[in-house]
Amino acid sequence: MTTVEDRPAHVFENNDQKPVGHGRMLRKEDPRFLRGKGHYIDDIQLPGMLHMAILRSPVAHARIVSIDTSAAEAHPKVKAVVTGEGLAAQGLAWMPTLSNDVQAVLATDKVRFQGQEVAFVVAEDRYTARDALELIDVEYDILDPVVDARHALDPSAPVIRDDLEGKTDNHCFDWETGDEAATEAVFAAADVVVSQDLVYPRVHPAPMETCGAVADFERIDGKLTLYSTTQAPHAHRTLYAIVAGIPEHKIRVVSPDLGGGFGNKVPIYPGYVCAIVASIVTGKPVKWVEDRSENLISTGFARDYIMRGEIAATKEGKILAIRTNVLADHGAFNGTAAPVKYPAGFFGVFTGSYDIEAAYCKMTAVYTNKAPGGVAYACSFRITEAVYLVERIVDCLAYELKMDPVQLRIKNFIQPEQFPYTTKTGWVYDSGNYEPTMRLAMEIAGYDELRREQAEKRERGELMGIGVSFFTEAVGAGPRKDMDILGLGMADGCELRIHPTGKAVVRLSVQSQGQGHETTFAQIVAEEIGIPPADIDVVHGDTDNTPFGLGTYGSRSTPVSGAAAALVARKVRDKARIIASGMLEVSVADLEWQKGSFNVKGDPSKSVTIQDIAMRAHGAADLPEGIEGGLEAQICYNPDNLTYPFGAYICVVDIDKGTAEVKVRRFIAVDDCGTRINPMIIEGQVHGGLTDGVGMALMEMIAFDEDGNCLGASLMDYLIPTALEVPDWETGFTVTPSPHHPIGAKGVGESATVGSPPAIVNAVVDALKPFGVRHADMPLTPSRVWDAMQGRPTPSF
Amino acid sequence: MQVTMKVNGEEVVREIEGRLLLVHFLRDHLGLTGTHWGCDTSNCGTCVVWMDGEPVKSCTVLAAMAGGHEVRTVEDLEQNGQLDPVQQGFMECHGLQCGFCTPGMMMTARALLNRDPDPSEREIREAISGQICRCTGYATIVRSIQWAAANEAAAAAEGEVSDAVVTAGSAS
Repeated sequence: MTTVEDRPAHVFENNDQKPVGHGRMLRKEDPRFLRGKGHYIDDIQLPGMLHMAILRSPVAHARIVSIDTSAAEAHPKVKAVVTGEGLAAQGLAWMPTLSNDVQAVLATDKVRFQGQEVAFVVAEDRYTARDALELIDVEYDILDPVVDARHALDPSAPVIRDDLEGKTDNHCFDWETGDEAATEAVFAAADVVVSQDLVYPRVHPAPMETCGAVADFERIDGKLTLYSTTQAPHAHRTLYAIVAGIPEHKIRVVSPDLGGGFGNKVPIYPGYVCAIVASIVTGKPVKWVEDRSENLISTGFARDYIMRGEIAATKEGKILAIRTNVLADHGAFNGTAAPVKYPAGFFGVFTGSYDIEAAYCKMTAVYTNKAPGGVAYACSFRITEAVYLVERIVDCLAYELKMDPVQLRIKNFIQPEQFPYTTKTGWVYDSGNYEPTMRLAMEIAGYDELRREQAEKRERGELMGIGVSFFTEAVGAGPRKDMDILGLGMADGCELRIHPTGKAVVRLSVQSQGQGHETTFAQIVAEEIGIPPADIDVVHGDTDNTPFGLGTYGSRSTPVSGAAAALVARKVRDKARIIASGMLEVSVADLEWQKGSFNVKGDPSKSVTIQDIAMRAHGAADLPEGIEGGLEAQICYNPDNLTYPFGAYICVVDIDKGTAEVKVRRFIAVDDCGTRINPMIIEGQVHGGLTDGVGMALMEMIAFDEDGNCLGASLMDYLIPTALEVPDWETGFTVTPSPHHPIGAKGVGESATVGSPPAIVNAVVDALKPFGVRHADMPLTPSRVWDAMQGRPTPSF
Repeated sequence: MQVTMKVNGEEVVREIEGRLLLVHFLRDHLGLTGTHWGCDTSNCGTCVVWMDGEPVKSCTVLAAMAGGHEVRTVEDLEQNGQLDPVQQGFMECHGLQCGFCTPGMMMTARALLNRDPDPSEREIREAISGQICRCTGYATIVRSIQWAAANEAAAAAEGEVSDAVVTAGSAS
């Protein structure tokens, strides 16, 4: 391994010299985590608290004939047993999903996937609650399941969603983008057309902490406090008000420390609603924490796109058009968490980083007897699928044209002077300068030397592969005019109060799952207002104590809430300037801001610090006319556009010819996320995403057997990389600020998850070139790589 | 049944069900919530504690089996208000993000450094390979443990130097 010290200087940056604001800073949240004093959902203990467990369907598709709960109810430590029928009496058996579909809270008529919620038990302790599940007797009338999305629309396929009026098939939605006729015309005239079928299998975010809730309903004042694992506490509160009919001011949602989220903690799950009902029914606080199998089989999955990619080019390698046809498996309920007008998320950016003439996508989404979900696992609203498609198909083109994949990409990049660049599917890329980023990655990798090494190894019959990907992401949803979730515009609030002694509290609507908001947001505010980050407390994850906003997912925190934090600090600074003008007895125009103080222009000795101003704002002395006391502000930030971070990734793999095992030897990631607030945290975000990429490319898949049984229901079956499967990461960066973001930052939380899978698959396929392999589907396990080496196609599931 | 064990140096006696897992005993009965639970199959390692100085997965040990043994958890790593070098290393090198796997990782790291004060990168990766981190990508965890090893070595060397000075002083 290369250690920190002996790496090239450009791999790391260190802004420690800056006393306040942006730069490498150790995290404010770490001291509690290091001492085992984090406060996660299962750490919450309330007086008199009861425990809930959920009975789940053992089969994928069946009609419920009867449920006998009498034995469970007779258990001396059981306080309540509730079935779908019981919820139906309260109008709570079904709830809306984030995609305007409905989902069963507890099944009433049928079960539609293995692991679906059927009943819950509330008992005195967690072990008894589990025991009592065994005492519930459910009779099922087994139905044929729909497991393979490719057969979901067969006329003979059983109809899964017969709860929807008039539904006679398993069609979920159709969606298209781009210009079909123009694209067809370009394809018809092109020198070269390459087509490739690709499967992005179903995977699962599997955060180390599973989902859970503690519901505490106070009967006297009718107030519900819900502690829950949510990345979007405010959006959840509003939806609970709508679903449960509890007035919104009587609901407080608290999201404690989250043990990872990655999108898994965006949806509202039936378990949360059941916990609320359980607390209302029993009059006691009720805790529910799912086990690992429940997490893997029932909560938000990701991907599950079956794609055909087509690319048209000149014989010299100028890419002309990209076309794709997608079959999307949405499971039993459309639980996709994406802006309403974007049923396929932001898949529309499948044209990638290339300047092309035409593009078209047609998508059909279907219901199957699998868990609902679809947008999770750090995917930036389906950009993982889009980037995989384009970066794989570009490599297929390079294969056919016998061109170097890097040179092919560079030849087709959108040029810096073309930004803002409107893609053929209507996305306006805000800023970019792609070639230097690609070149830096090549330099760190020693690309030419790697190719020489590969040529030598091929001579000797060794399998070494070099894979490249270049991605452009679209993160930071809104703007609210285009983007909403169930009518809630995707904007975020921020409140900043400066206390009399010059210390501050900033309140956010977004919620950290490990990204380090308590540090980053203190730094953003510090940079603008000149108060050291250590003096700024960051409050988040509590709807009673933070302004409204849509939460953390799709790498929104820095692009949206980070902008809000910068702007609210500037708003406070504007007021501070007026107060300073009174203190220094000069006009506002005669003041200049030095980080942390105002001084009279041309006379730095006449100055007041932000701390002086804070005391004056709260003091007894006169303030300038029309200025109220106090030093605080609140704003709601509605972004002008998404931000478009990008990056160049290079992966080097070695494949054991005898076992077909893939070893990722090196991985070079150069990211451009605009202005960098805390480089240490950014590097951590990238490292984590790269590891996800190794998992998805080589190991992870939620598979099903023909009866719809989930084959990835534990961490013994669903393989996640450990320290032995990943290399030491080599990172670098370029900086191309966003022109519309107040501090130029773009967001980086999902870049590596988006960008790394194609680099790894491209590397594996490159290693297999001597076998004539142009493509193999993820996850590239030894058996799949072996199949590819024997000339057999990889199985899709 | 009654169980007696030493936890973080203090003897505890509790009435428990025979089937109670050590992880739940520590968390729910003793309030030591720094030890986490993340899977049902001994794969994730968020529940790692020490039993008689060796890391064990406390979701796979019955509380009753810990009877008569010494258990140590993350809450005991800090001594006399001083963070363990492993804790410092995790902070300095960004070895944690969400913090959920961190206590287990640190207990394994501490045990490794007690056994081998100067492990190679490969040995560090092998030591933590029974544990999963979903956030960090492991490189910073490896660096954190290397930081702790380097700082302990430096502190030990300094200690030897100051011992030598004291000895020299006494001799003169």
